Amino acid sequence: MPHDTPRLRAPAPSRFDAWRSSAVFWPLVALVALLLLNIIITPNFSRIEIRTGRAFGSIIDILQNGSLVMLLSIGMTLVIAIAGIDLSVGSVMALAATAAALLITGGHPPLWIVISAPLALAAGVGAFNGLLIGRLGLQPIVATLVTLVAARGTAQTLSDDQKVRFDLPAFQSVFDGLLFSIPTPILFVLALAVVVALVLRLTTLGMDIEAIGASPRAARLCGLRVELIRVTVYAFCALCAGLAGLVAAADIKEADVASCGLYLELDAILAVVIGGTSLTGGRPHIAGSLIGALLMQTLTVMLQMHNIPTEQTLIVKAAVAILVCLLQSPTLKPRFFRSPSALST
Amino acid sequence: MPLPRRHIPAFAGAALFAAMFAAASLRYDHFFTPATFLNLLGDNSFLGIVAVGMTFVILSGGIDLSVGAVVGLATVVTATLITDYHWRVAPAFAAAIALGTLIGAGSGCLIHFAGLRPFIATLAAMFLARGLAFILHLEAVAIDDDTHTRVASVALHFAGATKLPVTAIIFLTTIVLGTYVAVFTSFGRSAYALGGSEEAALLMGVAIDRAKIGLYALSGGLAALGGVVLTLYAPSGDPSAGVGMELDAIAAVVIGGTLLTGGVGSIPGTLVGVLTTGLIVTIVKNNESLSAGTTRVAIAALLLAFVALQRALTRLTSARRDP
Repeated sequence: MPHDTPRLRAPAPSRFDAWRSSAVFWPLVALVALLLLNIIITPNFSRIEIRTGRAFGSIIDILQNGSLVMLLSIGMTLVIAIAGIDLSVGSVMALAATAAALLITGGHPPLWIVISAPLALAAGVGAFNGLLIGRLGLQPIVATLVTLVAARGTAQTLSDDQKVRFDLPAFQSVFDGLLFSIPTPILFVLALAVVVALVLRLTTLGMDIEAIGASPRAARLCGLRVELIRVTVYAFCALCAGLAGLVAAADIKEADVASCGLYLELDAILAVVIGGTSLTGGRPHIAGSLIGALLMQTLTVMLQMHNIPTEQTLIVKAAVAILVCLLQSPTLKPRFFRSPSALST
Repeated sequence: MPLPRRHIPAFAGAALFAAMFAAASLRYDHFFTPATFLNLLGDNSFLGIVAVGMTFVILSGGIDLSVGAVVGLATVVTATLITDYHWRVAPAFAAAIALGTLIGAGSGCLIHFAGLRPFIATLAAMFLARGLAFILHLEAVAIDDDTHTRVASVALHFAGATKLPVTAIIFLTTIVLGTYVAVFTSFGRSAYALGGSEEAALLMGVAIDRAKIGLYALSGGLAALGGVVLTLYAPSGDPSAGVGMELDAIAAVVIGGTLLTGGVGSIPGTLVGVLTTGLIVTIVKNNESLSAGTTRVAIAALLLAFVALQRALTRLTSARRDP
């Protein structure tokens, strides 16, 4: 890129400037600003109390209700980093939830089967996505559109288009229980995010993913096993979706094929983009995606506490999404902010 | 004149549609009637109108996720203006379509001036349109207006009891006008040029800003027209109307032979795509043994088969061009 050369001659950016130009900066600022605003204008927002061994409070609500989108966004970040997209995650949630519910009501198998079978099914759907893209050469948006329709259709066929109620205390205590007074979904998100971030940092996989996102052709010519990595990434994304499906099912003790995970794929994609991962592929920002998901959830909870119907909060969501994307926009940023890199161009 | 290779997917789609129609006619009594075909046109008219706008955007290499929400918004705006504010029908329709065009132009501006990806800009527009619809009305409102009922019952009557409803007439008009714009106007050609290569289009002298913003405005306007037609089909304004319609429209466009990479495709192909998806639903409705879930799986399988076929054909033709 031509404007990269003069940047070398520009004065060395200070630590703050370097940090300010990082992808996570603006989403984090937005989240902190929103939280501060809430502490001021929303009564009882910052209170956390522990009753009967369980932590209660708006912050916990945000984390717990946001855990589904956060789980999805962890997998989606990797998919988007390899310049892909996965529209099927919402349907995969429904499929995994239905499979678990049918296993529980059907034959009472041991808990590890109830958990691992739906997750394996989800990962299989994801691997299928990866194969459609790699082998058939389909565009990610088309391949995952096919599985979006097919996965929910399969779930509907399996469950005869009925909601499946189930009751298995052990299952609920895993996916909707408490550990150290913290709801387990929050811990799942944390654990998964830390593991993924470490794998990206400590193994070459992180660099491989970035290379594939930058140019799949160049990556293949460099000897990377592009197909294998792609299938793995899509399978992992679907695995995250399966986990989110189990969490959603445990929450209401029911697998609702019609509404489980419906349109959550869009929320997850938005969270990833707000978090600074580029839709054209490149470096994955797991922390950014989590911040993006939390930003959206904080908005929703805040507007709910001010008695605004959930449906109307979509407008505010849209406005914030556009604002954060504009702040990160490569063409607009230099006009508004005189950062060292912008001055030199 | 030899058959241009780029039209093969659309013709393959048309052939498959004919084969499916024939198979269904053999399987079910009274299926092979003009009425079945005309109903097919009428029942899928709003999806078809939306898909025409989507075709233009996809031809230019973009995508518009906001169309379903704009359909919902247009039905609510029409219903609100007519029922709550007692507007006449024509200005209410015009206002809804103008609003849709404006939202589309907004997405186009975000994409062109701010460099946002079409996926994200139109996703934001989708949330915006859906949210606006819910602010106007949280629940569906009925449209009870004499003029509106009269417009909705306009139809071309043929021999016997068969008729072409007004919704289908608007749909077919949109297809004809859309084909004209795509093939014979510089605006339409610039959509193809943008989809082929934006850089080449710029060097060729295409006014990229005007073309891009215009294309998304057209898509938004046609989506709103789809919403208006939906109120003629079912006289109510429903803020959750058109949920998921963007995906149906994309599927119809893809089945119709338009490549998602842009640059290749046609409006008549989209007509084939809309009718094919519509026919599958009709056949399934006639067959009680197929559940809603099986329908979805069948549609997914068909979509996959079509796209795989397209890929194979594209590979075949490009292999022949440079051996």
